[in-house]
Amino acid sequence: MQLARVIGNLVSTIKNETLEGRKFLIVQTLNADLLPNGKPMIALDAIGAGIGELVFWCRGKEASFPFKRDNTPTDCTIVGIIDSDKHVFNGELRMVNEYLK
Amino acid sequence: MLLARVIGNVVATQKNQRYEGTRIMLCRKLTAELEETDETMLALDSVSAGEGDVVLIVQEGWSASTATTGKAGAAIDSAIIGVVDYVDLLPDEKK
Repeated sequence: MQLARVIGNLVSTIKNETLEGRKFLIVQTLNADLLPNGKPMIALDAIGAGIGELVFWCRGKEASFPFKRDNTPTDCTIVGIIDSDKHVFNGELRMVNEYLK
Repeated sequence: MLLARVIGNVVATQKNQRYEGTRIMLCRKLTAELEETDETMLALDSVSAGEGDVVLIVQEGWSASTATTGKAGAAIDSAIIGVVDYVDLLPDEKK
């Protein structure tokens, strides 16, 4: 699982029928300091995320599990929305947050 | 499995049902010599690890899901399954 920012969406009309009604989002994976890490990729949304939100994704076969139709063809799914940038606590950010209080 | 250090956690209110009651930890991958690398990842906690702990992470769905929620079939691809006490390396293998 990795942190990521939703940076766009993708529309596809002709797709596998199990993907109907699902939303494709373009995500940029981030490191612990919330800086971009690697290239953007496309993830299927399972939680109702939107552009600009900080999320985390799950990869592999498990990416299909949030969907009732568990033969949904996906290898990357957004499974959670992080409350805000300040809710990512790594050693340094925690100190900054405490200073700002 | 890989070695990592827990560097913090994240808070997500809106998440997949199966994640409820679990802690999502932010981890930094380590080398066998316990040196930090640039790579970071999220993992669900199943052993009450805390910030600063060196931990063992599985990145495989069935094991991660079973370890953290007690049942397979959740959308979880990595989990902390142990806190490392120490690592012994052959002297020749050390850098």
